Amino acid sequence: MTADVVATRRAAPRSGARRLLSRHWYAWAMTAPVVIVTLVLVGYPLVRGVYLSLTDATEATMGRTIGMNVIPSTYEFVGLQNYADIITSSEFLGRLAWTVVWTVACVALHVGIGLGLALLLNRPMRLRSFYRVLLVLPWAVPAFVSAFIWRYLLNGEFGVVNAMLRAAGFAGVAWLDDPFWAKVSVIACNVWLGVPFMMLAMLGGLQAIPRELYEAAEVDGATPWQRFRHITLPGLRPVSSTVVLLGTIWTFNQFPVIYLLTKGGPGGATEILVTYAYRQAFEGIRNYSGSAAWGMVILALLVVLAAVYRRALKQQGEAW
Amino acid sequence: MRRVLTSAAVAAALALAVTACGSSSGGAGSAPAKSAVPAEVSGTVTWWDTSDATTEGPVFQEIIKGFESTYPKIKVNYVNVPFADARDKFKTAAQSGSGAPDVLRTDVGWVAEFASLGYLAPLDGTPALDKPEEFLPVPAASGKFNGKTYGVPQVTDTLGLLYNKELLKKAGYDEPPATMADLKKVALDVKSKTGAGGIALNVDAYFLLPFIYGEGGDFVDVQNKKITISSPQSVAGVKIVEDLITSGAAVKPALQDSYTNAETAFKDGKVAMIFNGPWSNADNLGGKVFKDNPDNFGVAPVPAGSVKAGSPLGGHDYTVYAGSQNLDASYLFVQYMASAESQAKIAGKLGLLPTRLPAYSAPEATANPKIAQWAKPMETAVERPWIPEAASLFQPLVEGYQKLAGGQTTTEPMLKDVATAYQGILKGWSL
Repeated sequence: MTADVVATRRAAPRSGARRLLSRHWYAWAMTAPVVIVTLVLVGYPLVRGVYLSLTDATEATMGRTIGMNVIPSTYEFVGLQNYADIITSSEFLGRLAWTVVWTVACVALHVGIGLGLALLLNRPMRLRSFYRVLLVLPWAVPAFVSAFIWRYLLNGEFGVVNAMLRAAGFAGVAWLDDPFWAKVSVIACNVWLGVPFMMLAMLGGLQAIPRELYEAAEVDGATPWQRFRHITLPGLRPVSSTVVLLGTIWTFNQFPVIYLLTKGGPGGATEILVTYAYRQAFEGIRNYSGSAAWGMVILALLVVLAAVYRRALKQQGEAW
Repeated sequence: MRRVLTSAAVAAALALAVTACGSSSGGAGSAPAKSAVPAEVSGTVTWWDTSDATTEGPVFQEIIKGFESTYPKIKVNYVNVPFADARDKFKTAAQSGSGAPDVLRTDVGWVAEFASLGYLAPLDGTPALDKPEEFLPVPAASGKFNGKTYGVPQVTDTLGLLYNKELLKKAGYDEPPATMADLKKVALDVKSKTGAGGIALNVDAYFLLPFIYGEGGDFVDVQNKKITISSPQSVAGVKIVEDLITSGAAVKPALQDSYTNAETAFKDGKVAMIFNGPWSNADNLGGKVFKDNPDNFGVAPVPAGSVKAGSPLGGHDYTVYAGSQNLDASYLFVQYMASAESQAKIAGKLGLLPTRLPAYSAPEATANPKIAQWAKPMETAVERPWIPEAASLFQPLVEGYQKLAGGQTTTEPMLKDVATAYQGILKGWSL
């Protein structure tokens, strides 16, 4: 909408723009609170973040006055130095690769399991609403609580999961201590957390598909697979395309699961980009400029992803 | 139309002004009035205690009651903050100027960092620093930064070798191992003769230090601005740990919740030995194998390496937040809490080691056998580098240690990586 206004303004002569504003003053007045809140809550921090990422500001170089202590600002503008450091750091590519694997695995499992459960629950059965409530439960528990519970369940020596494995005669697995199993563990925990949302969204999408389509297909002799492939999937697309993008962004930035389950360990094996950026910002003398640059890099990656995804959908004829 | 835009601009400007005020409001602290009469001082002191909330906290609260009856006009707001979160929480609050406590129980390794960032009030010449000549010199040094005093030592500690006497006896040893070579031998004998594990390692950088010090290594050499974590001495120290793990003398260490897992194994009698400090006294004595038999619990100095027996000096200092609105009351609070009498009480009840010499001879303190037990381990305490970056040096080493304990790397390349990470933290230091 802002883009439209800007475009009109640019196209029309100055007096025209003024007339447009005065004609729609009511609309402007109604949107003003939202615009202001957005500017203060999103715009200002964003601009400040961009600015900080171009400096060498840290907790030690930012000026402040606390009681009797006056510390002058000594940080300077360093241009794109922080970005260059990130791109050339040995950590970046490795972290990015794991973050992509983590995101793809989590979202694929979210969608797959969520769709499967939604299909199961979309047919008439006894206790259907009870099952639905049960399956939404992981979503209702705050993520940090779940992450802590998972951490205790997966404890190598004293955890319940290994106790069950041992009782069944297997050797315990170093769930959180082995780099490979730690990756499996964080993905499992995040899948458990994320499936309910996908299931609910898919269930909503399924219920919006007209029954008559299935009946007509059945009359024409379509197999269950053909009905799923040619009615259910296309019918779900308006919902699935949106939730897949949302899920991707959420998972890409899924901080609590990684941080609370493994703290990025063992030895940095499960560290994704956001947890790494957090380390930059909050460990030791806080590095504001470095972490701001990390934030910008993550934002840029997601913006590119969203743009590509949107273009792909558009090419498939999706009005999105 | 124009009116709407103008009011929007005013609102935005107001919002910005409010945020701007928020960040600087901490500046108007009351001036330190040295002449204030103690009995007349009033106010509320918020104290963030980082001690164990269930085993240690109640004793500190008891001492606070004594303070409040001595200074009836001062109210103390006791808040227990988990040690692991305290540093981060305090920094966030101190910097934003809202929500920071007046007094913080600060780990000795944090004081230089907080002081360099301007978060702490200098205490020289205030009532907080009372009879400074009584303090043991090594803990006292932790409270100083750039020639000023910012921390008043509360308790001091170091790591010792804690052992299960019965298990060692079963393996044929009346005495705990005195050298690192003996440590391995005893651990292996315990393993083969008793079925319990030899030693439980806590995969944490701090707990590597006794091995590194023992061979004459260290993280850094502050005087020469040199990073020494990958020096031959440090490598030799960490190699001992690698050998303990690969030889099976140490039980396979947990990497997540490492401290808790090691402690639980020790308390349940599943391993015979562990490195830990006096802060774990109360916790250990509540464990399955020590609860009804406290004599089974042994404390010894950390085993010596080829150079010496050395363990890191730890402990906590009282620090006062520079932006406190109740500086005078806070100074008096610190004075009371760090007095020899309070320290003797804490020592007697909790077995935590005092930082004032006279407190050691107070009857209350000598009544607790733990105090005498820890005297020997304390002799091995090595002063740590009191530099602002000190607390940042642990994380890279923790990551490396995790990889080492998980068997994904060996000592030399691991320490080389850590040294490279240190070069990023300590700008301008040489290798």
